[in-house]
Amino acid sequence: MNILEIDQLSLSFGGVKALEDVSLRVPKDTITTIIGPNGAGKTSLFNCISGFYKPQQGRITYQGKPLDGLRPPKRAGLGLARTFQNIALFRGMTVLDNIKLGAHVHMKTGLLGSLVYFGRARREEMAVREEVERRIIDFLEIDHIRRQPVANLPYGLQKRVELARALAMKPEVLMLDEPVAGMNREEKEDMARFILDIREEWGITILMVEHDMGMVMDISDHIAVLNFGKVIAEGDPGTVQKNPDVIKAYLGNSDIESLRRKLNPNREAA
Amino acid sequence: MRIGDAKQTYVADEAIWTTSTQKFWFSILLLGLLIFPLLANSYLLYLGCLVGIAVISTTGLNILTGFTGLISLGQAGFMGVGAYTVAWLSTNTGLPFPITLLLAGLMAAAVGFLVGLPSLRVKGLYLAIATLAASVFLHFIFAEWESVTGGMEGLSLEPAHLFGVTFRSDFAMYFLIVPLAVLAVLAARNLFRTRIGRAFIAIRDRDISAEILGIPLLRYKLMSFALSSFYAGVAGGLFAYFYRVVTPESFPLTMSIFYLAAVIVGGMGNLLGGILGAAFMTLVPEALKLLTAALTPFFPNAPVFMSPMLEIIFGALIVGFLIFEPHGLAEIWRRVRRFFHLWPFRS
Amino acid sequence: MDWLFFGEISLAGLAMGGLYALIALGFVIIYKATRVINFAIGEIMMFAAYLFLAFAGGMEMSPWVAVPLAVLGGALLGGVIEKTMIRPMLGESPIAVVMVTIGIASILVGLVELIWTADPQLLPSFLPRQPVFIGELYLAPKIAYGFLIGMAVLVIYLLYFRFSRGGVALRATASDQAAAYSMGINVRRVFNLAWVFGSLAASVAGILVAATGGLSPQFGIIGLSVLVVVIVGGLDSILGALVAGVFIGWLETVAGAYLGGEYRMPATFAVLAVILVFKPYGLFGTHEIERV
Ligand SMILES: Nc1ncnc2c1ncn2[C@@H]1O[C@H](COP(=O)(O)OP(=O)(O)OP(=O)(O)O)[C@@H](O)[C@H]1O
Ligand SMILES: [Mg+2]
Repeated sequence: MNILEIDQLSLSFGGVKALEDVSLRVPKDTITTIIGPNGAGKTSLFNCISGFYKPQQGRITYQGKPLDGLRPPKRAGLGLARTFQNIALFRGMTVLDNIKLGAHVHMKTGLLGSLVYFGRARREEMAVREEVERRIIDFLEIDHIRRQPVANLPYGLQKRVELARALAMKPEVLMLDEPVAGMNREEKEDMARFILDIREEWGITILMVEHDMGMVMDISDHIAVLNFGKVIAEGDPGTVQKNPDVIKAYLGNSDIESLRRKLNPNREAA
Repeated sequence: MRIGDAKQTYVADEAIWTTSTQKFWFSILLLGLLIFPLLANSYLLYLGCLVGIAVISTTGLNILTGFTGLISLGQAGFMGVGAYTVAWLSTNTGLPFPITLLLAGLMAAAVGFLVGLPSLRVKGLYLAIATLAASVFLHFIFAEWESVTGGMEGLSLEPAHLFGVTFRSDFAMYFLIVPLAVLAVLAARNLFRTRIGRAFIAIRDRDISAEILGIPLLRYKLMSFALSSFYAGVAGGLFAYFYRVVTPESFPLTMSIFYLAAVIVGGMGNLLGGILGAAFMTLVPEALKLLTAALTPFFPNAPVFMSPMLEIIFGALIVGFLIFEPHGLAEIWRRVRRFFHLWPFRS
Repeated sequence: MDWLFFGEISLAGLAMGGLYALIALGFVIIYKATRVINFAIGEIMMFAAYLFLAFAGGMEMSPWVAVPLAVLGGALLGGVIEKTMIRPMLGESPIAVVMVTIGIASILVGLVELIWTADPQLLPSFLPRQPVFIGELYLAPKIAYGFLIGMAVLVIYLLYFRFSRGGVALRATASDQAAAYSMGINVRRVFNLAWVFGSLAASVAGILVAATGGLSPQFGIIGLSVLVVVIVGGLDSILGALVAGVFIGWLETVAGAYLGGEYRMPATFAVLAVILVFKPYGLFGTHEIERV
């Protein structure tokens, strides 16, 4: 079953066609990855799914229902969570508050309750805190930084906090925009492990954009390749790697061998 | 030197005062506020009341500008709405102050809500302009809607009263204003421990991401506008009871800038900063008055220079703090405290 | 309806609008190049007008000397403000920068009051005095000649920005700072020049407006009208500044004449409110696309 289906989506900015007739299926409980050169339209696709960009054509179906016309916060409430390519943490808040913010859509306290902070309002905050601590902070191993302002954290940890915030949204589909970009090897391995665990233990479907081919080939179940706004190949890692169009898209025609190696770094390591 | 405690429960961890030292100092502060009027002379009492009113309004503006990132040039106008509401109600209905003040707050909140509506389409500085427009309209209404506002003459009113007690003297007003100021700050403090306060800050820091993470921007911006104006309305209502006369000139545009300055000088997005800024900005003119009085025997025309000097000082404080100490007095306060915490081991 | 009266009022309003257009042009130049909304523009105008008062009145210089000196003084003030107070704010939030300009406005008002007292003053008259008739319509000479001078400056500006090197650098910086920088344009210098030129235009207008309406430390209020103009026209649109300037000037004068002085501001701000709701980025402004 596909939890998310994208049909013939087109999006352009003035003359720039960011997406052209893009169709994509995201099967439930998989890790689906979108790859493609810079400017291919990957982030734009995420933005369409989030509801931030409004595609000129096409439709997005989530859990069998069209998302047309729903504002971004509604979509978040339905279980579409994401992280951002350029880390988008709230700099004026601590790690803990950033994560709690993710739980916003699942909380109910109104303005009066907030001002009084008593009874239900307080119980709700405590319940969220408890849950965030138990399920997310422990899991992502960020206990030691929970009180720190996010602005001072090293890059890798910031990415992790962003993941934590997305998890606090209790998503059905977690969209990760380049989750390991700019990380060192060890951090990348940690992140890959987290992503696998999230899929396994939390039953969350993952839709990811990533440039690190090693990781993509390792953990993805399903890969779609985007180039100049079009899907040029789709399938499991093995199939996609061998697809000549994909190879061309990444490197023109030259030096196919080195690209094979790039697309399949495991073999290179072996 | 102070040692952090290990927190036992999340409830304890999320409390406002997490250490006994903090609780101790807060109690001392409350006690000080209680004893102050018994020791203070009438001038100090008067200042205490002014600071109290300023704290409420500054905290309100801080919620909007400091925490939600929406700059407002309408604070004085919203205070005016509160003040006129109180003046009109107490003259025409004789309602006691808890009700008039509440209605003053609600009235201002309603106006604030309306003014926030353009945030449906515009943001940032455009919104600031909308608030400027609001203050122009409000001023116009105060001056021209004579049957209700008394025109340029304004309205005068009876002192606040409840159950036969009247709040006539500054001493009595102190006990009306200061507890409300404390409540106002505590409520704001609560707010920023909960989902709504977090949503405000998220909008300030990155509005688009906040929206994608599930925060309906319009609803929360309007909420922030309404809440901030509620604070302004209550402050304005107290202003009315304090001076017992309200005119259109009581709430000029410069007053909005005064509050903006208080937020900046104190520290944007910091409640303690709002308090410090409100007190500081209220006391600067008074200090200048004292200085002028002291200088007059030697420079007979010193009083002439007072009002322009004040303008220059206000402007210089805004510019200076923004350039050199953007986190305001709150940051200075933090540094001082840190110094004493670590003292004498490190300095 | 008395059409003659309406015609004369409208004419005066349009002439005033021409000056608004000039000030708005100064505002837009600063905004386009530096993205700073300058709340102090009215006070910069005021400062230049007081300088003229000092040169022409106090020091009894000929207007031919006093006007250029005062205008240069205003331009210099703009440059100094940019260098000392705006530049340190580079990269700070737009809100913070706006508040700096509000602070600057307050400082300037205080300074002027300190030096020239709070009393209203009349500028020594320096414009020709023979009445001007356009058809049957009478136009006060101060307004007419003020308008003509203002328009001359405005045209020079437009030509300059269209054709000179400085103008090209300014437009390049406005459309893409990073690209301009990489092409070897000294962006900092452009910022400074934008403030100098913007303030210069405002100063010319300041002297002309003060020559008709008098001068006091409250003069800077005119900045609010200019703000309305640029919002209605679109913050980054020169065309918008011109069109909206003329329109707002006209509206303000007509509202003042028919409804009373207290209606001037509400009338223009009502237009502003309508624009904010229906065309938030102004008649000709561009809406910047946001990204995540
Ligand atoms: N808000 C926008 N306005 C104008 N053009 C845009 C906007 N957002 C994206 N684009 C354009 O759409 C195209 C696709 O951009 P997008 O960010 O989706 O690429 P991407 O695949 O995520 O690239 P990268 O790997 O570099 O992150 C690019 O040409 C980009 O310039
Ligand atoms: Mg991208």
